[in-house]
Amino acid sequence: MSETYLPEGMPIPVPMNDELDRPYWQGLQDGKLLIQRCGDCGIWQWGPEWICHECNSFNMEWTEVEGQGTIYSWERAWHPVHPALSGHGAYIVVLVELPHAGNVRMIGNLLGDPTQDVEIGAKVKAVFEKHDGDQPYTLVQWKVAD
Amino acid sequence: MSNRTLKGKTAIAGVGETIYYKHGQSPDPEFVLVLQAILKACEDAGISPKEIDGFASYSNDRNEPTRLAAALGINDLRYSNMNWGGGGGGVAAAIGNAAAAVSVGFADFVVAFRGLAQGQFQRFGRAAPVPTVSGGPAYMSPYGVMSPLQKYAMRAMRFMHENKVDHSVLRAISMASYHHAQNNPRAVMYGRPLSEEKYDDSRWITEPCRLFDCCQENDGAAACIIVSAEKAKDLKQKPAYILGAAQGSDHRCGAPVMNATNFPSSSFASLAPRLYEMAGVTPKDVDVVQSYENFTIGVMMAVVEHGFCEPEECNEFFQLENLMAPGGRMPLNTSGGNLAECYMHGLGLQIEAVRQIRGDSVNQIPGADVALNIAGPMVHHVSTVIMGSEATL
Ligand SMILES: [Zn+2]
Repeated sequence: MSETYLPEGMPIPVPMNDELDRPYWQGLQDGKLLIQRCGDCGIWQWGPEWICHECNSFNMEWTEVEGQGTIYSWERAWHPVHPALSGHGAYIVVLVELPHAGNVRMIGNLLGDPTQDVEIGAKVKAVFEKHDGDQPYTLVQWKVAD
Repeated sequence: MSNRTLKGKTAIAGVGETIYYKHGQSPDPEFVLVLQAILKACEDAGISPKEIDGFASYSNDRNEPTRLAAALGINDLRYSNMNWGGGGGGVAAAIGNAAAAVSVGFADFVVAFRGLAQGQFQRFGRAAPVPTVSGGPAYMSPYGVMSPLQKYAMRAMRFMHENKVDHSVLRAISMASYHHAQNNPRAVMYGRPLSEEKYDDSRWITEPCRLFDCCQENDGAAACIIVSAEKAKDLKQKPAYILGAAQGSDHRCGAPVMNATNFPSSSFASLAPRLYEMAGVTPKDVDVVQSYENFTIGVMMAVVEHGFCEPEECNEFFQLENLMAPGGRMPLNTSGGNLAECYMHGLGLQIEAVRQIRGDSVNQIPGADVALNIAGPMVHHVSTVIMGSEATL
């Protein structure tokens, strides 16, 4: 049984039905953070798409990236908009830039006290959050780096 | 290709609105509300509903033109147009599309309309309780990013960080809408003023937004009729001419997982210059601004991106007295807007602009000749229209 930041009952992510992002979700299950990089021009791209937005090559490659980032923006949600969050209280969402992947951005929760001060520019470290059950999946969460 | 402009070729000749209800409280179904708004707009313009020959809407409006045309007994349906994109980003685009259709001769009497009965359908501020998500939402919903505000708050948080913007900016925007609604008996918040204390004491919804930074959810419908400038002169009302319209967004605005190139933005950065060029006006010429408030944060960035102040000047510019009719530097949302009049997906704000040009707003700016109307800031496809009096042609 794993400890998760948000309660059970949140929507479960599954790969797109055209399979575009299956490698990403499978990578997280295997403990790897995979981000798209163009095999021709080398540009990093996120979220996933079939084509490179820079050179329009279809040769997009899933590339492992270090789980290190910088807080680019954030929000603290108080009002629950999903039944699973009723009565849960505030939680923090961060938008994290990945300096090792061309500063593409990822969304995650900031682990720890949900009332903590959040500093834009702070360094954060990825934490893989496993969700068990009939449809297991893994989320990338973030914690402030020491 | 010369003369590629809408300026002065068309005008809004009639406007119509239903009673505005709190969400879920309309006694009538959505389709009936739309019919009521269209009939009122026809009456306002002094034309027969049978003369309507085109429809333009946005945000996947459920009330299809073919059903409307059959229901109204329209003689000859010549134009139908749906602007892609959710939210209210398409309201000015619908008016612009209608004006373009009229100006090239596709149709003569085009209705831009929107109907919303959220009691009958799913509300916007709630997430659908689906067990699995894929695509863009898979990168957001599991982290609790589901509602429109949760999807846009981080754009503003970054903007406010970069430009050292105080929360007083958001409060002033909210208070301007509530202030104007107190003169407007149509407004849902008529008789319910907002003080600084009440704003400051209100609960957070998602930081940086409090309760009073967020729009209402309402039931109702609104419509306006776009005709050629020549026809408008022969009809009942003083025409509100379309001076310019623009829609779109800049580089990779809709890139998934919040990877827009220009992120701390309301999506108008590349659009506003095109708009002003077509209209042949500058921000200094604008007498009154209606800016769609999904949330006050969007109004703040949209006003900046339309050139009314520099990003780092927000704290000085967004003072309540600057935003108030009739004498403020930039009177804003003079009917009460989405926050305090009604959330009719922004069409109510467009109609308020028509009233300002006609001279019959409840918060009239004396001699208002140029009105700028911003639609749906922060969504990934936005639009703006500029309307003017005959003196601006
Ligand atoms: Zn490439």
